[in-house]
Amino acid sequence: MSENIERHAYDVLIIGSGGAGLRAAIAAAEGGAKVAVLGKSLLGKAHTVMAEGGVAASLANVDPADGWETHFYDTMRSGHFINNYKMAEVFAKEAPARVLELEQWGAVFDRTPDGKIMQRPFGAHTFRRLAHVGDRTGMELIRTLEQKILTVNVDVFQEITATKIFTDNGRAAGAVAYYREDGRFALFSAKAIVIATGGWGKAYKVTSNSWESTGDGAALAFRAGAELVDMEMVQFHPTGMVWPPGVRGILVTEGVRGEGGLLRNSEGERFMEKYDPQRMELSSRDVVARSIYKEVQAGRGTPHGGAWLDITHKGPEYIKRKLPGMYQQFMALADVDITKTPFEVGPTIHYTMGGLRVDALTCATNVPGLFAAGECAGGLHGANRLGGNSLADILVFGKRAGDGALEFLQGSEGTPKLDDAEVQQEIERVLKPLGNEGGENPYAVHEVLQEVMAEHAGISRTGPSLEEGLQKMLELKARAEHMTVPGSRVFNPGWHAVQDVRNMIALCETIIRGAIERKESRGAQWRLDFADELDEYGKVNFVHKLEDGEAKTFSAPVSEMPTELQELFQLGAAPGIAKSAKKE
Amino acid sequence: MAEEITLSVFRGDRSGGREQEYKIPAIPGMVVLDALHYIQAHQASDLAVRWNCKAAHCGSCSAEINGSAKLLCKTRVDDYEDEVIHVRPMHTFPVIKDLVTDVSWNYEKLRQIPAFQPAVNAPFTMQQRDVDRIQEFRKCIECFLCQNICHVLREHDAKDAYWGPRMMIRMAELEMHPLDTADRVDLLKGAAGVGYCNITKCCTVVCPQGINITDNGIIPLKERVADKYFDPLGGLVRKMHK
Ligand SMILES: Cc1cc2nc3c(=O)[nH]c(=O)nc-3n(C[C@H](O)[C@H](O)[C@H](O)COP(=O)(O)OP(=O)(O)OC[C@H]3O[C@@H](n4cnc5c(N)ncnc54)[C@H](O)[C@@H]3O)c2cc1C
Ligand code: SF4
Ligand code: SF4
Ligand code: FES
Repeated sequence: MSENIERHAYDVLIIGSGGAGLRAAIAAAEGGAKVAVLGKSLLGKAHTVMAEGGVAASLANVDPADGWETHFYDTMRSGHFINNYKMAEVFAKEAPARVLELEQWGAVFDRTPDGKIMQRPFGAHTFRRLAHVGDRTGMELIRTLEQKILTVNVDVFQEITATKIFTDNGRAAGAVAYYREDGRFALFSAKAIVIATGGWGKAYKVTSNSWESTGDGAALAFRAGAELVDMEMVQFHPTGMVWPPGVRGILVTEGVRGEGGLLRNSEGERFMEKYDPQRMELSSRDVVARSIYKEVQAGRGTPHGGAWLDITHKGPEYIKRKLPGMYQQFMALADVDITKTPFEVGPTIHYTMGGLRVDALTCATNVPGLFAAGECAGGLHGANRLGGNSLADILVFGKRAGDGALEFLQGSEGTPKLDDAEVQQEIERVLKPLGNEGGENPYAVHEVLQEVMAEHAGISRTGPSLEEGLQKMLELKARAEHMTVPGSRVFNPGWHAVQDVRNMIALCETIIRGAIERKESRGAQWRLDFADELDEYGKVNFVHKLEDGEAKTFSAPVSEMPTELQELFQLGAAPGIAKSAKKE
Repeated sequence: MAEEITLSVFRGDRSGGREQEYKIPAIPGMVVLDALHYIQAHQASDLAVRWNCKAAHCGSCSAEINGSAKLLCKTRVDDYEDEVIHVRPMHTFPVIKDLVTDVSWNYEKLRQIPAFQPAVNAPFTMQQRDVDRIQEFRKCIECFLCQNICHVLREHDAKDAYWGPRMMIRMAELEMHPLDTADRVDLLKGAAGVGYCNITKCCTVVCPQGINITDNGIIPLKERVADKYFDPLGGLVRKMHK
């Protein structure tokens, strides 16, 4: 059986139309390349649209003492120093320019009294730093990029799923994808590929993430030979909705605490006093999530196993103006009026810090011609991501990945070749589950996967439990070889789920392997059997690579900061604060 | 709350189709989208429905529930106590399969609207009160429910003559940006056809973002057209002040 396939040739193929993918496409197109961007959803609807709180950039509009040094300092500290410092440095330096560029392209941020872009406080940011639009910042960001894309020369392919990346002599050569609408296949040959497919929060049941977050691009690149790093680092956001069951996991923006919300246990105690008396509710996410979990474990949880979040003291008018989305969300979905009563919150999976290992300046992976940016890439956030840093991440490194691909085109010769037999083989693999009977149901496999991850690689971990989880995951991987689904190729969600589940399994195996190797607690990784953060582990990242079809894990040294950056951590306070103290 | 709910969901494609009944257990707090997901996972894995955020942010899950145009993820099942819940695709756009429709026409029109052309380079100085109105318009999640319900498009299928309320809101947002310099008034009067709107306000009623499409967006645009075409001097003065 030989499929009739649509064929395309591009200079740069971008897989993913979230913030990172669109920003990369704009950069590559402005540099004169022929560019295509693919997305599983319609344009403007990617996961990025859900971001609420804001985008972090040291514009210093409300706190003049802020600057890139302090943003860098906060990012490294929250990442517990296993971040790629070079990424954190260019990130902190370039974020303001990327935000202002959005304003130039039509984004309309909330304003300060003197007419500048307004900035709000957020957990573990020293200064008020998050540029925002009410509680819909991600929507503003992606809409602006969508509107910009329409003015540059980029071909946008909507509702299309890439299933495999091909290489030619080790160099990235192209990808095959199918249209979700009718199951037609399209083959894209490309001189360079940028992966911008986002994270894999859907590997967990209680999650704030959209259906798209199944880690496709990271898994595809991994199979094409790329390395993954810091996979054990999965962020729990401390405040997801917990009741009713239909809404479990949906995000309660950190903006609620940013605007003064207080956390209490069932005994009415403001328990953050015990865990982080200085920063309290605005401590970093790993700390707050763990504190809520500990309170619940100790029997001081709310009726449905969470903590109380209370913002009533701010008054109805203020709450409705500053947090309109949250007010409505609780009214509509939980029959709770947050202006009148406290509400229940608990940890929910939110973000994946790990991902494709990239060069800090060009976003190049170890596979020539293959680049990665955004949530699918690892390194910037280390062991824990700061709120607001992801939207800045996708802008800064989206642009850098597009530029990196352009630079690669200039330095490389010819077009890599695609092997027709290999392409046909992949198409047959993708089609195999369709219309067959008697195999595993992809929805059931996904559910087992989520149960295994919650039980063995959740917020608290131990060696023996992780080992057991790994065995279960490997068994599931074998079972998942035999999924079948009824129906045709025409918009068939069951068939789509087969691809998603296979990708998540590949990544979950590396999450567990990384968590086993890291015999310490650091940031998001909390090992009950190794409760302390250990110096020796602060010097390494765990890296995964496929060798003969098997995931192999090894450790790589964390790159060391030059003296001038190290000095930023020896001032006795955050650089911006230390400097202004000196002036006075 | 009832322990079992009955949904009657349109199944079909471009060539036609019909509603099919499904019975599923009720879970507290369930929205219609959850109910459809339950059907997918347990009874019909090929039931096609678009969704993304399940939080009313992305505008993917537009459909018609018991005859009203709504977001599936924002509509609670217990709003329909003891009723069969009929779920159908948007009427105004061609069905691809089940609840999924072909909305590509909207993206074609979005592409034809002249982009933002600022007079100066960022950082801009703009007061909050001067951007309140355009922020209201930028809340749009492109669900196209207003396009679906507008009778010019729905009953008269006049897509060549009128671009619909979503496009009017997009143009209003650009036209009212304090720093924009482009002029879209000719387009509004001509190809985009703002004159076809006869202010029935049906679009405003269905907008899940609560945007006051007609009063705050379309009527001021109509005034701009009237100023320019029927009051040449006024048009000129306004242009100089923009
Ligand atoms: C509820 C919520 C609130 C948040 N709030 C904030 C916040 O306030 N501040 C902040 O900084 N961060 C926030 N985040 C995090 C942030 O939104 C994300 O990390 C970020 O948007 C990721 O962007 P991205 O471009 O990397 O990927 P995504 O936006 O996830 O986009 C991925 C793209 O890849 C496409 N894709 C995936 N697989 C394939 C495939 N196989 N073939 C083709 N295309 C594919 C998808 O369709 C999509 O277009 C929030 C996250 C959530 C869930
Ligand atoms: S007010 Fe105008 S745009 Fe809105 S539904 Fe009526 S005719 Fe259509
Ligand atoms: S204006 Fe309202 S109804 Fe129309 S597309 Fe936007 S959000 Fe949807
Ligand atoms: S799923 Fe996003 S609006 Fe309903």
